[in-house]
Amino acid sequence: MKGMNHAKAAEQFIADEPRTDWHDETLWFVRQKRDKAAHGLPEWEQLREWASQIKNHTLSNLNNYLIEFEQKAQANGITVHWAADGADHNRIIYDIIQKNNIQKIVKSKSMLTEECGLNEFLHAKGVETIDTDLGERIVQLRHEAPSHIVLPAIHLKKQDVSDTFHEHLHTEKGNNDPQYLTEAARQHLREKFIESELAITGVNFAVAETGGFVVCTNEGNADMGAHAASIHIACMGFEKIIPKAEHLAVFLRLLARSATGQPITTYSSHFKKPRDGQQMHIVIVDNGRTKQLGRADFRNSLKCIRCAACFNTCPVYRRSGGHSYHTAVAGPIGSILNPNIDMKANADLPFASTLCGSCSNVCPVKIDIHEQLWKWRQVLTEEGYVDSGKKIGMKGMAFVLARPALYRFAGKATRWMMQTFPFIAKNKLNPWYKQREMPEPPKQSFRDWYLKQKKA
Amino acid sequence: MSAREQILNAITANQPAPVECGNININDVIHYDNVLLQFKTVLENIGGKLMELDSIDSLQQKLNDQQAAGDIVVNRIAELGAIDENISTLSANELAGVETAYLNGGIAVAENGAVWIYESQMGNRLLPFICQHLVMLIHKENIVATMHHAYLQIDTFKEGFGVFIAGPSKTADIEQSLVIGAHGARSLTIYQL
Repeated sequence: MKGMNHAKAAEQFIADEPRTDWHDETLWFVRQKRDKAAHGLPEWEQLREWASQIKNHTLSNLNNYLIEFEQKAQANGITVHWAADGADHNRIIYDIIQKNNIQKIVKSKSMLTEECGLNEFLHAKGVETIDTDLGERIVQLRHEAPSHIVLPAIHLKKQDVSDTFHEHLHTEKGNNDPQYLTEAARQHLREKFIESELAITGVNFAVAETGGFVVCTNEGNADMGAHAASIHIACMGFEKIIPKAEHLAVFLRLLARSATGQPITTYSSHFKKPRDGQQMHIVIVDNGRTKQLGRADFRNSLKCIRCAACFNTCPVYRRSGGHSYHTAVAGPIGSILNPNIDMKANADLPFASTLCGSCSNVCPVKIDIHEQLWKWRQVLTEEGYVDSGKKIGMKGMAFVLARPALYRFAGKATRWMMQTFPFIAKNKLNPWYKQREMPEPPKQSFRDWYLKQKKA
Repeated sequence: MSAREQILNAITANQPAPVECGNININDVIHYDNVLLQFKTVLENIGGKLMELDSIDSLQQKLNDQQAAGDIVVNRIAELGAIDENISTLSANELAGVETAYLNGGIAVAENGAVWIYESQMGNRLLPFICQHLVMLIHKENIVATMHHAYLQIDTFKEGFGVFIAGPSKTADIEQSLVIGAHGARSLTIYQL
């Protein structure tokens, strides 16, 4: 949905009402599983506080922790690369591919590589990458982007997956059984793992004191790739760093519970050294993160551990779908990260929110997401990235609200108009009438009522 | 200026003033009266199976039966007889046929059903993932309440690789329907002595 703003893309998404309802209810169900898992631990709020403190501390000493991590990782036999932006990141990986004459590449889920557009970049160079997370493989075969950072194919129904697999993996037409379809993907991807020469993974946590890193999956695809291939490249935004191994306890307890309601992911893999004969590389990426670190109002968005709890709880995300956010990381967190990367292209995103604050309430590292959404709106308006219609409307509103007599007159006039000529409000030209019932206009204003009460 | 210097300089210029890390007080976290029962309950909820043993004999029997039936098995548990040495260099292709791997597990975590295992216990990093079925042996005294306790007891970065495994491989990527057996082992059975 590139080139289309959130509201426009969301309009397309909700055109299919039963599917929108399904999407909404399914994600709310995931949110409820998260609640159940969180409530199972009396110390949940304490855990969030610890996680928040560790991340705040880490951001305040980031340079030293990154240097420590690099030194330890190098001492462990890992090659460390630094990438200033997405292009740098892609070039570093391409160089490794060329130098080693690699043909077969598998990749487990990494939102960073999505952010950098790695697949498209390599494709243009004639190099094919196989995504191995089931959801990611499904969307890759369909030439789509993931619509959710934890549940990449949540916008699809099993019928869609069945059709895609029938076309590409030659499964039975019309067999929609998830068990059958997953087994087909297992067989298909086992072949790819076994023949792979290079595996790309993300990083969930990188530990400064050991130079090691942790990758979490339920499917086991990161491990199948990393341990089968002779080269392993792990890609991380620099904010993935944490000071100590013992801090992993806090984050691993929070991550899966917040994401899907599981007590932990099936596999929490701790990588420290390449195995004998293997090459291991880490690419540490900036791509706008240093800029975000410098924005005092927005820097704590870098605490994010990518659990997607804010997606699942968001009333706008649930009813507009991930693709309407037209960025690698959608949802509330994406809406505060992406304007930093490109203000003009992503100026619509902070407005794709009701500012209800549910995102901040579920965030395991206590990012004040809804407050940052509100602050981004102000920054974007000041910088001139908000469309003139919205600006004129807001200015008009401010003008009226600052003048009590005018406000009272306008209120009275509107009530009279809506009662006398309801079609003036209930027509297609009024954007507020879309997908909404207009309220019945009250007979009198609060002020009129109040004055009457005072008299009586 | 290299990307490294550029990034580190920008970080140094932009990072906020130092703040404290805070301390994790392990006394503030959940306590279970019966860690074995908690471990078993959670493990079964996430698709695993726990077999409580009085002696190692029934596990021995299972291994013997599988070997007699001609299944390809890898045994890394010394108590069960000869262990498969020198498997670290086996390729993915060579390991692809393994039906069941028998491995010693380390610390087990009651709150989430996870079991820690070092690379040296696996013999080959790929083995616990590529085998069709995974069997791990744990000892009752090695069950701890939470991940905090686990990290206190084990140096998770002591070896080149190690992993917490909680249940069999799974996915819910197709319409949120849970399917056991995505890419890794289709089943996980934990034997507890």
